[in-house]
Amino acid sequence: MGLLSDPNRRRALISLLTRLNTPICLVCYMAGVAWFMGLAFEPFTLRTYMSENAMGSTMVEERFPAGERALATGREFAAHKKKVGGMPVDWLVKTMQARGLEVFTQSFSRTLPFPDENKERYMVKGTNVYGILRAPRAPRTEALVLSAPCSPGDNNQAVGLLLGLAQYFRNQIYWAKDIIFLVNEHDLIGMQAWLEGYHHTNTTGMDWSPLQGRGGSIQAALSLELSSDVITSLDLVLEGLNGQLPNLDLANLFYAFCQKIGVLCTIQGKLQRNDWDSVSGYSHAVQTMMLMVMKQASGRPWGDHGLFLRYHIEAATIKGINSFRQYKTDATTIGRLLEGMYRKLNNLLERLHQSYFFYLMPSLSHFVSIGYYMPAFGLLTVILLLRALDLWVQLTHIFTGRYLSIYSACIGNSPLLIKYVSSQQSSPGVLSVLTPLVISHLTGVALYTLPIRFQEMAVEHFPVSETEAVVLTAIAVYTAGLALPHNTHRFLSGEGTEQGWRVLKLVAVLYLAVLLGCTALINFSLGFILALTLVPVAAFVTPHIPKVLSAFILVILSPACTLLFSVFFFQELQEMPVSFQDGWLLYLSVISQGILDHFLYGSLVYPLIALLVYPCWLLFWNILFWK
Amino acid sequence: MAAPLTLLLLVAVTIRAALFRSSLSELIAERVEVVSPLTAWKRVIEGLALLDLGVSPYSGDVFHETPLIIYLFHFVVDYAEITFMLADVITAVALYLAVKDYNKQVFRKQKFALEADRYPLDCLELIRSPKEMYYIPLKVAMFYLLNPFTILSCVAKSTCGLNNAVIALFILSTIKGNVLLSAIFLSLATYQSIYPLTLCAPALLYLMQRQYIPVNFRRASFWWFIVQYAFMYLGSLFVIICLSFFLLGSWDYLPSVYGFILSVPDLTPNIGLFWYFFAEMFEHFRLFFLCVFQINVFFYTIPLSIKLKEHPVFLIFMQLAVISIFKSYPTVGDIALYLAFLPVWSHLHRFLRNIFLVSCVLLACSALFPVLWHLWIYAGSANSNFYYAITLLFNVAQILLVSDYFYAFLRREHHLTYGLYLKRKDGSEATLVLK
Repeated sequence: MGLLSDPNRRRALISLLTRLNTPICLVCYMAGVAWFMGLAFEPFTLRTYMSENAMGSTMVEERFPAGERALATGREFAAHKKKVGGMPVDWLVKTMQARGLEVFTQSFSRTLPFPDENKERYMVKGTNVYGILRAPRAPRTEALVLSAPCSPGDNNQAVGLLLGLAQYFRNQIYWAKDIIFLVNEHDLIGMQAWLEGYHHTNTTGMDWSPLQGRGGSIQAALSLELSSDVITSLDLVLEGLNGQLPNLDLANLFYAFCQKIGVLCTIQGKLQRNDWDSVSGYSHAVQTMMLMVMKQASGRPWGDHGLFLRYHIEAATIKGINSFRQYKTDATTIGRLLEGMYRKLNNLLERLHQSYFFYLMPSLSHFVSIGYYMPAFGLLTVILLLRALDLWVQLTHIFTGRYLSIYSACIGNSPLLIKYVSSQQSSPGVLSVLTPLVISHLTGVALYTLPIRFQEMAVEHFPVSETEAVVLTAIAVYTAGLALPHNTHRFLSGEGTEQGWRVLKLVAVLYLAVLLGCTALINFSLGFILALTLVPVAAFVTPHIPKVLSAFILVILSPACTLLFSVFFFQELQEMPVSFQDGWLLYLSVISQGILDHFLYGSLVYPLIALLVYPCWLLFWNILFWK
Repeated sequence: MAAPLTLLLLVAVTIRAALFRSSLSELIAERVEVVSPLTAWKRVIEGLALLDLGVSPYSGDVFHETPLIIYLFHFVVDYAEITFMLADVITAVALYLAVKDYNKQVFRKQKFALEADRYPLDCLELIRSPKEMYYIPLKVAMFYLLNPFTILSCVAKSTCGLNNAVIALFILSTIKGNVLLSAIFLSLATYQSIYPLTLCAPALLYLMQRQYIPVNFRRASFWWFIVQYAFMYLGSLFVIICLSFFLLGSWDYLPSVYGFILSVPDLTPNIGLFWYFFAEMFEHFRLFFLCVFQINVFFYTIPLSIKLKEHPVFLIFMQLAVISIFKSYPTVGDIALYLAFLPVWSHLHRFLRNIFLVSCVLLACSALFPVLWHLWIYAGSANSNFYYAITLLFNVAQILLVSDYFYAFLRREHHLTYGLYLKRKDGSEATLVLK
């Protein structure tokens, strides 16, 4: 408290902070980036360990024998699917019933706000089929879910394995939780319909028939994706809606069983490496972590498990990958792995909660927890606070300077001088700050609403498809926003004053700090990427710097360009570099996917960018062109 | 001045009416920051339903408002939205008139002091000019009506708005010098939520100052005034309590309202300090810490009244802040009431030390409340510690804000007596240090 009350020490500290503001800011930025890059360095990370006692020491035996039969079922499923030309509902119901499950179906339909060109769908109609294996050992208050999406081309082996496991599980007596075997059509849309039906909610305005049968409250869920009879490795996908992650114990469980059974396992499609002390080993870890950061920041579900997380259900997707390696794993082994995982999950006494929910994984065996990665973000936000402090001190100096001049005028008793001073005293009007704020937010609202509203009109007048119309309208509104607001405050409040922009910048900097802080708490990756680009903008922008160059830098660091770079960077990380032409097309499809994700599943990234981040960036644009 | 005030009222009512019509109102009414178990509208509805069924509204441990409130809404439940908007308008107008009157007195006092040459010469810049004081009442009304906290509280139909209206009327009648009305409104405020009891100290000091009765324990006039006020206060309290009894026909409400406030059985998270502390505590310490926490609210009255004997209106502000920070079920509506007084002390700005830090923290915390609530309750990835950390920070910031204003007020008074540019004995420049 000494610092808060002792004026001398405060003065010393504040003068230090204002004098060395720029160097401190630079150092903080460097340190933040360096800290973040250091997170992938293995000695700085923690080894994963199983925190949940119920899943730890009790070893289980895996005896699933029927891999070949499961594959045969998968082939049968594929044949029926081809015959029906979609989901073979009747065959699935019959097969599940033959395996002794309680079988139910749910039909759903959904019209997308505009056609999805990636998956070629607009009016979606489908049916989910699920069978419940009732728990013989306990009062059926809890349930586990195993799901496999029924997609047009592949994933037949997953459905086959799911049915094979159902048959095998039916004969075991140790189940204490209901197990729900779900085959969902139209991947995430079907999953959304099923989850909403299961929990009696309707958040996105989808039509679905109510569920006829229900198990207990779902504790954990796995989604299975297999497209070949043998696989070389299993990939674990964790990132869910809005960057939510399942409890780390679920990943630990998967890793532990892969180790036990001897299956190659990957995360982000990257194998584990042991040479952390070499440059290539470190860059491998960085790549893995950056891929996770990019995927998490996108806020979309990267597998069918992604929507479970919203209902407080720990879930992950397991993907079988078949590459050109020699060492192959057959379906029986995958079945044994899943059996082991479900038996351990069956032992749970309470929801998975012991381990971390906020983490990044540079490899499957190591993780970075929130306490380690938050300082990287904190160092970036400190810059904003320091700039705000600097502006505050400047503003108070201007005001106290005025006080002194009034004081001397009063002492001198010259009426003219008093008049002059008091005419100077008009402080920056509320209007000069409020106007840019309101206008930039209105632009944000336009960016949020217009693309969907105007698609029909755009399609009528221009030779574009609906999806293109939506994306291009979004880009047009975004660009129009740059031209619009930066002159408006002058019409309302006359010439902008020197303090006017300082007050506006103070507001904008604090706004950005709070906005980024909240974003980083919900979705660290998104917050960090936005901070990386927006903090320098917020720190350096003033009306007195060369206009053209800084306008160029500002545009480069704007949210839309950040997204463009992220697309290229993501492709680079996945070792699938694209040409600029393809990259641009990919960028357009990413925007349309982002908008669709918002309207279909309730992802928050699009409204966040359109309604809050973009207006905030416009404020800085406004300051640059302050006159 | 009436035109801007009318415009302000219109704007405020429009904002509220628009929010009442939007889908946001249901969301806001569920927020724990905005409604407490005492003030939630949902619970009032429950109480009304029980009352209509002929059951005591207090059976079932859901409803904890006072009988007068439930009988008020028994008649105006169809016009609840208008009632709450009206309550806000009454609060704002009452504060407006009160501050206007108070400013007049301050100015008159300052004039007398100037004429008597009581201020040191170098304090001229501390003198307040009528020009800068002219807009203060309007600013007070604006701070109350357009404060997001008040708007949220009103849209959630939190009965806190009614309590605020009663307290504002109490302040108005006190400042106007009406002893009887002051006592009646004070007893009504006490009846509503106990804690405003501590406001009797500033009210007494103010009324005595106005009637030129010296605060002196050996004077008969001093005691006579206290007895008069106490008689009016206790008499009206007695009438209200008996009225409640005759309305309900039972004393059920005493344990259910006042027992509920004092013994804090409902540990729903809110922006206060009680819930986490008492959720974590071993049961056999509960009574002891309950006493400590509750005495804490009342205790500040004594030192503050001694220190601010000459400035009862500032004392009211301090007391309101202390109550809203330390009471058992605080909501943002309580905070809004004392925040409305900040423009009155705008002349203290040059002595405030941490206002930047504190306002940043308050701003950030207000934004973080819903985020951490989401992470804790919906996403399940954070836990109660995250939320409580923000609550704690929010309250520390409030305490810093209030103590900063307290310090600034005392410092200005000090300068008005001893001059602005203090010299040490050896002639060098001195600085004031608070230790």
